[in-house]
Amino acid sequence: MVNDLMSNEIALLAIFLLSIFVGFEVVSKVSTTLHTPLMSGANAIHGVILVGAIVVADHAQTTLEISLAIAAVILATVNMVGGFVVTDRMLQMFKGKPKQKKVKREDK
Amino acid sequence: MSRNLYDLIGLAAGICFILALKGLSSPKSARKGNLIGALGATIATVIVFLYTNDAKALNNQTLILVAIGFGVLVGVPAARKVQMTEMPQLVALFNGVGGGAAALVALVEYLKLGDEATVAIVVATVFTVIVGCISFSGSIITFLKLQELMTTRPVVFPFGRQIIALTLIGILLSGGWVIASGGTTPLLINGLLSLIFGVLFVLPVGGADVPIVISLLNAFTGLTVAASGYVLQTTLLIIAGTLVGASGTILTKLMAEAMGRSLFGTLFGAFTAKPQQSSGEADTRPFKSGSADDVAILLNYAQRVVIVPGFGLAVAQAQHTVRELADLLSKKGVDVAYGIHPVAGRMPGHMNVLLAEANVPYEQLIEMEEINPTFPQTDVVLVVGANDVVNPAAKNTPGCPIYGMPILDVSLAVNVIFLKRSMRPGFAGIENKLLFEAKTTLLFGDAKDSLTKVVSSLKSL
Repeated sequence: MVNDLMSNEIALLAIFLLSIFVGFEVVSKVSTTLHTPLMSGANAIHGVILVGAIVVADHAQTTLEISLAIAAVILATVNMVGGFVVTDRMLQMFKGKPKQKKVKREDK
Repeated sequence: MSRNLYDLIGLAAGICFILALKGLSSPKSARKGNLIGALGATIATVIVFLYTNDAKALNNQTLILVAIGFGVLVGVPAARKVQMTEMPQLVALFNGVGGGAAALVALVEYLKLGDEATVAIVVATVFTVIVGCISFSGSIITFLKLQELMTTRPVVFPFGRQIIALTLIGILLSGGWVIASGGTTPLLINGLLSLIFGVLFVLPVGGADVPIVISLLNAFTGLTVAASGYVLQTTLLIIAGTLVGASGTILTKLMAEAMGRSLFGTLFGAFTAKPQQSSGEADTRPFKSGSADDVAILLNYAQRVVIVPGFGLAVAQAQHTVRELADLLSKKGVDVAYGIHPVAGRMPGHMNVLLAEANVPYEQLIEMEEINPTFPQTDVVLVVGANDVVNPAAKNTPGCPIYGMPILDVSLAVNVIFLKRSMRPGFAGIENKLLFEAKTTLLFGDAKDSLTKVVSSLKSL
């Protein structure tokens, strides 16, 4: 039993550490043009705290717990849904032709 | 649904998030990346409802569904209707509510676990409450600053450093109290102090640096989500939260570099800098203001014109008019380009979004490093609603709030035209000496009106 618990903790720690490296690696080089949408997209991703909010709302028993959990569900939904929608709106505008710019650079 | 299946699907959602961030880092795949992220989030949300011990509905399921519906009703219209110019503050607000949600999640789980919580869980709970509350109140202040509901200048108060340090000590002590003896009261005190700290921590940050703070708070919220994932023993939350925390930290660093700022200087600069007399004495030299016709003539006989758009252009909704002007000049054989400062607008890349919205051809948008060497061969620079990004004070006035920020060297051009509403300084609140140079012509008025007048007098030339 104790062993099981230990290995679970270590597994979570491994996931945590590996995720740090993945997070660093994935955005290590990104042009300033995309900083704003990237920030907004990452912002939407942490809206997945909605999952946590639903789990605690399921556990909640007293009125206080239920009210706080439901408030968390509302806030998390706003974060997640609003975040993805606003990022998509921003990115719609990038339909432009980034290829042409490269061609122009090679001309010089 | 078995726990294993649930965890496997959760892992798939986590991979969606990695692919989303990867996609968002390149212009071609950015939109697809965001949609993959939304897919991952949807999968993650749906499977929570399906995963119960014996296939029953969740407790409080109706309430939860109503709450989600309400959240969608608030979030989607806000995201759809917001003006592109006001988008940075909306992102700040979304980030703040996310941090608040994470703090509430940890709080509720703590209330429920009571004495059953292990030390590690309590530590994670305290961390979530502290950082979640800081992110929440800090984001609200950035929102107020960007919406200009409060001053955009750094707010420095007497004994600021000491007060902030005391609040921080209070947070640590009350956090230790929670860990040592448990109970709800110390945790609430801890949360309250953290809320106050969030406010104090953002107040001294100058307007131009606010985007860096939003990005930092975004990374904070990511870490909060990861910690609450530990409290709930949910792998997906740990993955998603840590990803955002790590990538957000790198992004914050990249942004700070693009603005030529050190992160430390941004956050604590207002306290370490000596009190400044609004960056030097006010300039009393006369300035030259011209009419739309003067501007049109200057532009008409130029060979090369560079347009430097700033936030004022976006506020006046003049993107389309400026494109009309550029098209007209191109037709007359003038070489036209846009010089885009990395932080033109309110956030890095913001101006690119705003001009793309007005269908300005992508290839005319030239980044700062590329356009700077061309200014000496430029006849006219047309600065529309920008100020700080062309302010030479960033180069030659050590100690001013934007000192060290790379700028567009428009002063090297033969003529500079500023379209401005007034002599009021820019967002960072610093006077621009360039306005008083002999080569500078000022055209006062709303950017859109001014541009429309210039376009019509150009047509009649």
